[in-house]
Amino acid sequence: MSSGLKLPYLATAAGSGLLFGAGLYVSQMVNPLKVLRFLDFGAIPRGGWDPSLAFVIAPAIIVMFVAVRLAGRRTAPLFASRFHLPQRTHIDAPLVIGAALFGLGWGMSGICPGPAIALVAFLPGNLWIFLVMLAVGSWIGRLLQQRSAAEPEPEPVAAE
Amino acid sequence: MDSFSPISALAGGLLIGLASALLWLGNGRIAGISGLFGRLLPAAAGSTVWRGTFLVSLIVGTLAASWLVPGLGVGGPAGHPASLVAAPAWTGVPTPVWIGIAGLLTGIGTRLGNGCTSGHGVCGLARLSLRSAVAVAVFFGVAIATVAITGIV
Repeated sequence: MSSGLKLPYLATAAGSGLLFGAGLYVSQMVNPLKVLRFLDFGAIPRGGWDPSLAFVIAPAIIVMFVAVRLAGRRTAPLFASRFHLPQRTHIDAPLVIGAALFGLGWGMSGICPGPAIALVAFLPGNLWIFLVMLAVGSWIGRLLQQRSAAEPEPEPVAAE
Repeated sequence: MDSFSPISALAGGLLIGLASALLWLGNGRIAGISGLFGRLLPAAAGSTVWRGTFLVSLIVGTLAASWLVPGLGVGGPAGHPASLVAAPAWTGVPTPVWIGIAGLLTGIGTRLGNGCTSGHGVCGLARLSLRSAVAVAVFFGVAIATVAITGIV
């Protein structure tokens, strides 16, 4: 919480964002049609399937897996007081229903939240509609979560 | 531009992995974009600044990469113009409405399910989280079925 941690903390957030955004362009996940061509498993027998997305997510998981192992040897991250692990660990209906609704939206558009925000760099037509509705949907999801869950939504704790 | 591109895919995936690793080891935060975006505006006192910093940097990173490594496909000075997909003609739904519904479902779903392709797909699987594995199986499965049923490609 000390102000001395603030600059490295924000610089880390900025550096991570820059790398993430660059990765979304380099991998071409900013191209919704390319994402949909991965999801189009019906094209496998026709020879028109694009497996690129699997080649994006695999190295990303491996690098993060190593980072998680490295972090496991530490009690705290470099610039904050603790690791913010997701607090839910059990598989429940909101998880499955939420993932299904997201899958529906993703399959309709080829856009998941990362590319949706990265695409602001290129401003394709109709993007603002997607982003506004993404925010509205997130707000509705929060209301549903608060109404249905016995446990209240764990509010993130400020780490700066 | 829509054909298999393993080298740029691997390079981009490495960058995304490094971004997630940096945020975890540096700040102890999961690089889950839906959570970063969804918790930006309402009731996230104290974390709005770093969330905003990350998201603005993400946009800058995409733009900068499109100039530094031009012509990989979509975007930047040498790429094809970025575009969203059109609604399948058979549905009779206007494209802006289709895109709006997709955005709404993505927003509700990622909030209810607490994550998207980055939070569950990259970080959750890397943490060997069973919850994330279930989420990933469900959203990939439903997305694949949606593409098959709508014939959007």
